[in-house]
Amino acid sequence: MPSETPDPSRSEHPDARGHFGRYGGRFSPEALVAALDQVAEEWEKAKNDPGFRAELDALLRDYTGRPSLLTEAPRFAEHCGGARVLLKREDLNHTGSHKINNVLGQALLTKRMGKTRVIAETGAGQHGVATATACALMGLSCVIYMGEEDTRRQALNVARMRLLGAEVVPVSVGSRTLKDAINEAFRDWVANVENTHYLFGTVAGPHPFPALVRDLHYVIGEEARSQVLDLTGRLPDAVAACVGGGSNAMGAFAAFIPDTGVGLYGFEAGGDGVTTTRHAAAISGGAPGVFHGARTYVLQDTYGQTLPSHSISAGLDYPAVGPEHAWLADSGRVTYRAVTDAQAMEAFRLLSRTEGIIPAIESAHALAGVRELGAELGPEGVIVVNLSGRGDKDVDTAATYFGLVDGGEDGSGESA
Amino acid sequence: MSQTTLQAALARTKADGRAALIGYLPAGFPDPDSSIKVIEAMVEGGCDVVEVGLPYSDPTMDGPTIQRAADTALAAGTTPPDVLRVVEATAATGAAALVMTYWNPVERYGPDRFCADLAAAGGAGAITPDLIPEEADEWLAATDAAGLDRVFLVAPSSSDERLRLTARASRGFVYAASLMGVTGTRAQVSGTAEKLVARTRDAIGDGGGLPVCVGLGISNRSQAAEVAAYADGVIAGAGFCQRVLDAPDLETGISAVRSFAEELALGVRAGRS
Repeated sequence: MPSETPDPSRSEHPDARGHFGRYGGRFSPEALVAALDQVAEEWEKAKNDPGFRAELDALLRDYTGRPSLLTEAPRFAEHCGGARVLLKREDLNHTGSHKINNVLGQALLTKRMGKTRVIAETGAGQHGVATATACALMGLSCVIYMGEEDTRRQALNVARMRLLGAEVVPVSVGSRTLKDAINEAFRDWVANVENTHYLFGTVAGPHPFPALVRDLHYVIGEEARSQVLDLTGRLPDAVAACVGGGSNAMGAFAAFIPDTGVGLYGFEAGGDGVTTTRHAAAISGGAPGVFHGARTYVLQDTYGQTLPSHSISAGLDYPAVGPEHAWLADSGRVTYRAVTDAQAMEAFRLLSRTEGIIPAIESAHALAGVRELGAELGPEGVIVVNLSGRGDKDVDTAATYFGLVDGGEDGSGESA
Repeated sequence: MSQTTLQAALARTKADGRAALIGYLPAGFPDPDSSIKVIEAMVEGGCDVVEVGLPYSDPTMDGPTIQRAADTALAAGTTPPDVLRVVEATAATGAAALVMTYWNPVERYGPDRFCADLAAAGGAGAITPDLIPEEADEWLAATDAAGLDRVFLVAPSSSDERLRLTARASRGFVYAASLMGVTGTRAQVSGTAEKLVARTRDAIGDGGGLPVCVGLGISNRSQAAEVAAYADGVIAGAGFCQRVLDAPDLETGISAVRSFAEELALGVRAGRS
């Protein structure tokens, strides 16, 4: 690892109580405070424990397949104003996305805390599959909460989790999607906290989850920074990532935050457009509030009731965003823009056809953003984009969207 | 600061040598006007204090019964102004009215404005289940300015240090969660409740006099009596909601709610006899 890489603990953010400026913190029931304190304290110890680091690094190398590649995408770049586009290949990790980085770390932490049962939420199923995988590997009992709507939309991932030995609980209250799965997981946790760890899947939630999950994904940007220096001899002009809850983006950004010459860009799910009621762009189209344990940007009505989110990508379909992103947005260090469903799907197809890589629809939002960024930077520009996951899980959605199943496809037959 | 209606109610029941009966119902359940009628029945049946719930889209501390009640209230279009109207009607019954609310609706409304409007409606204060004292600076200032009570929660998992912190921040009473879990009726009251109340009284210290009330899982007369033996107040919520949900019509539901309150009222009076 390059010695100039900043320290992942970055103890100044958040503060001791989990605040990123005015954001973050811990808006959670008193009953969970002891458990949250335990996770925070154990992580402080673990991350400075060479034995723990060695065990996690060995898993990341021998099980996940790290370091992930940095792949140049020249044919895709022709559609990005000629700027050089470098793909950080988190899609090549075991289980097919960046999610495994966080999950392996927290599963080790679970064992370190002497707990035997893990619960987690999942939307599209990526975090659920990764969690079920880590629990199978480490012999932990595993329960995954998933909105009933999502269990129908992602039936194959439900089967995958069950194959891995996890119990999948469909959540049939509220809007029956990711946010309700999180509510239900919190309800389970408060009743079973004695033996259970809530393996939270993104950089949201009460302290210490935003910092813990960021730290476990720090490796993404740390590797990319070193790889881009090796490849191009300089730092990139921009690092781009999609943002739902924001874990892959925090992982990609964190190592670059001190490099003030590197522009950081988060692309939110704009759905039908942020001026409509159907999107999931919390920063671009929401307002500060408190949700799922943290102060952050939230899609909410006049009275603070959470509004339903929409995105073609289930992994970005969440009405809030991690609090560190909220703080980075207000501070101006990261620029957040919204990408519509249509723009994301166009980029999804473009990468597939120009590079032979089918991205996750989540990651396709970042790719769509890069097309715009590349045009702004011009041919001298170097852009690293986090390809957070692979698109196997999205083939059904894409087949329907592009009309690929019945009459074949001709490249122009959007049927959305 | 003059005594709030909540403080007066708890002083009165203490003088009577019994625990207070505290009932919970979401405002707007099953609709705003009907919720007022249900609350009136709760008071007629013997509730000394009513927690008027502000229905919220993401109630992570509530079990299925109160979730359903809150969803019904939201579907009926209940807003914070409706909640304040229900508070006003509750206060008019003579019972002390407290709002029970997750934090975001208050933050969105503006804590100062919320407290001013709540005080104007005759409310005594509010319970905030997802706000811990460390995050409550604005809330402490707003409730102080309006002279309102603010009730924080303690749980069996709370350390002695946190019990002291929470007790210091609370006014009106301290809400002791009887068990580790969400709202809802239980077959038995957890054995951890009595110990938690004792630990909380130790944290409050001599001469503090801050009452400790117990909630979560209390669903019949004998449980109410059991808790009333050691707590200053007995809190029941899901049992009221369940009776309205189970009833074929509002009239029947209201009558079942009144009977349930009467049953619990006998329990809190039997607790120390």
